[in-house]
Amino acid sequence: MAEVLVLVDHVDGQVRKSTAELLTAAARLGEPSAVLVGAGGDTARETLARYGAAKIYRLESPDLTDHLVAPVAEALAQLVERTGAVAVLLPSSNDGKEIAGRLAIKTSSGLITDAVDVQPGEAGGVRTTQSVFAGSYTVVSSVTRGSPVITLKPNSVPVEESPGAGVEESVDIQLSDVARAARIVERSAKAASGRPSLTEAAIVVSGGRGTGGDFAPVEQFADSLGAAVGASRAAVDAGWYPHASQVGQTGVQVSPQLYVAAGISGAIQHRAGMQTSKTIVAVNKDPEAPIFELVDFGVVGDLFTVLPQATEQVNARKD
Amino acid sequence: MNIVVCVKYVPDAQGDRGFEPDHTTDREGVDGLLSELDEYAVEEALKIVEAGEGEVTVLTMGPEDAAAALKKSLQMGAHKAVLVTDEAIAGSDAVATSLVLAEAVRKIGEETPVDLVLTGLASTDGSMSVVPAMLAERLGLPQVTFASELTVEGSTVRIRRDDETASETIESTLPAVVSVTDQINDPRYPSFKGIMAAKKKPVQTWSLADLGVDPAQVGLDAAWSRVEEVTARPPRTAGEVVADEGEGGTALAQFLASRKFV
Repeated sequence: MAEVLVLVDHVDGQVRKSTAELLTAAARLGEPSAVLVGAGGDTARETLARYGAAKIYRLESPDLTDHLVAPVAEALAQLVERTGAVAVLLPSSNDGKEIAGRLAIKTSSGLITDAVDVQPGEAGGVRTTQSVFAGSYTVVSSVTRGSPVITLKPNSVPVEESPGAGVEESVDIQLSDVARAARIVERSAKAASGRPSLTEAAIVVSGGRGTGGDFAPVEQFADSLGAAVGASRAAVDAGWYPHASQVGQTGVQVSPQLYVAAGISGAIQHRAGMQTSKTIVAVNKDPEAPIFELVDFGVVGDLFTVLPQATEQVNARKD
Repeated sequence: MNIVVCVKYVPDAQGDRGFEPDHTTDREGVDGLLSELDEYAVEEALKIVEAGEGEVTVLTMGPEDAAAALKKSLQMGAHKAVLVTDEAIAGSDAVATSLVLAEAVRKIGEETPVDLVLTGLASTDGSMSVVPAMLAERLGLPQVTFASELTVEGSTVRIRRDDETASETIESTLPAVVSVTDQINDPRYPSFKGIMAAKKKPVQTWSLADLGVDPAQVGLDAAWSRVEEVTARPPRTAGEVVADEGEGGTALAQFLASRKFV
């Protein structure tokens, strides 16, 4: 059976949920082979096999992790050539998309980014679904050229366990000088918030201008639900919350089961980042706020009274 | 420092964006403008040459209307502009776009070698964020993307980028392709002087033939992926909205419980 390469997203071998989604999607197209760059292969092996990896290619050269995306794109291109892979699936992160872009040019293959569904094409190749223009259109495309390169948005594919052999293969990769030209000279990890990651969280609670800079009620409500915390561009531009937490076109695009917008009016810039959420809830003082056009449930009121009351009720129901 | 800034003319996101019958983006029925995210790249280029020396060329490809995006950049202070326009370009995907831009950057560099290619973090219409990487691949250059700070020292560019989990400092040799985020600066508004000066600045128009690009390699038919269906998503049916009269939080918690989120 033809191989489908999956680029593993992991931190020291702790595999992110989005990788399980990629493996599940890859199994629809062929036999999933995980490509693991960096240290942590021993930790990752069991998880990768559980979600269907028949093979695991371990690439541990420091050249691959000390530089930006170019070396990984070169490594994947060499693997595509060696294995004759019928498709390559990557996470729709910034790095994932850039690796995908370079890989598509190197292997003369079609590219689809931010897919929300992946299926085999009727006439071979891959058929993808994307959500575009702030979620107002659904686009179905087919890619037949080369080894189609697809990046998949997190929270798009229901994960299925399907044990694979997980046979490890070490591979020898030749890197060019230009691939090593952009080098990471310093990296400082941010303090862990203890909350789930924004792109992968099942629930996201975001605050906007209406918080006036006080995110405490937003964070407390998020914690009662086990949610990630996001922010609108207005809140980030005001310096109230870090840019990495910005939900919207120029920030992170999320698609959780539940999205709660507190004190966010719902400008197009914000909608582009959350409109594909399954259930949407808003709290806003302004009954005319455009966010209410999108909601499954909304409360016109002050978030400083509504959220604490809701937090208390949620916590009470858990006890 | 010879800097090329790649910009895009996009449908206004505040307008009613849609598609043509051939599944390409409707660029006729909607007002267009310089993609907002490209203004940060133009501003950063201007800051670099103002702090030292050099020239900023803005480059775009698209229909003739796309010259409007160049005009805005020239008004901000860019020195000259290049528009690549050709009937064959319509419907080009990112793969073809990167090919045309790469050849145009090469041609711009024939006079004075290009040290730095700057772009925004994404276009506000296609928003794939892949063209910078593809362009770098085609030019055989390193790419450093999503810069929230940028400094050039000699033949090295150093940037900072932040994500949810880490903050990184990245160094690359020049020439390089660098994309910048909307955190990097506050783009200037064109001054009256800038608007008047822009009228005298050179705008070159190149066709594919000028670049030596075979028209069969670009456009809708050459795309390496094909759009089969475009469906307008049914508008979300507005749900229940209640006014808080003291029990809004309780109503919210009840709704969440009814949907099994609690």
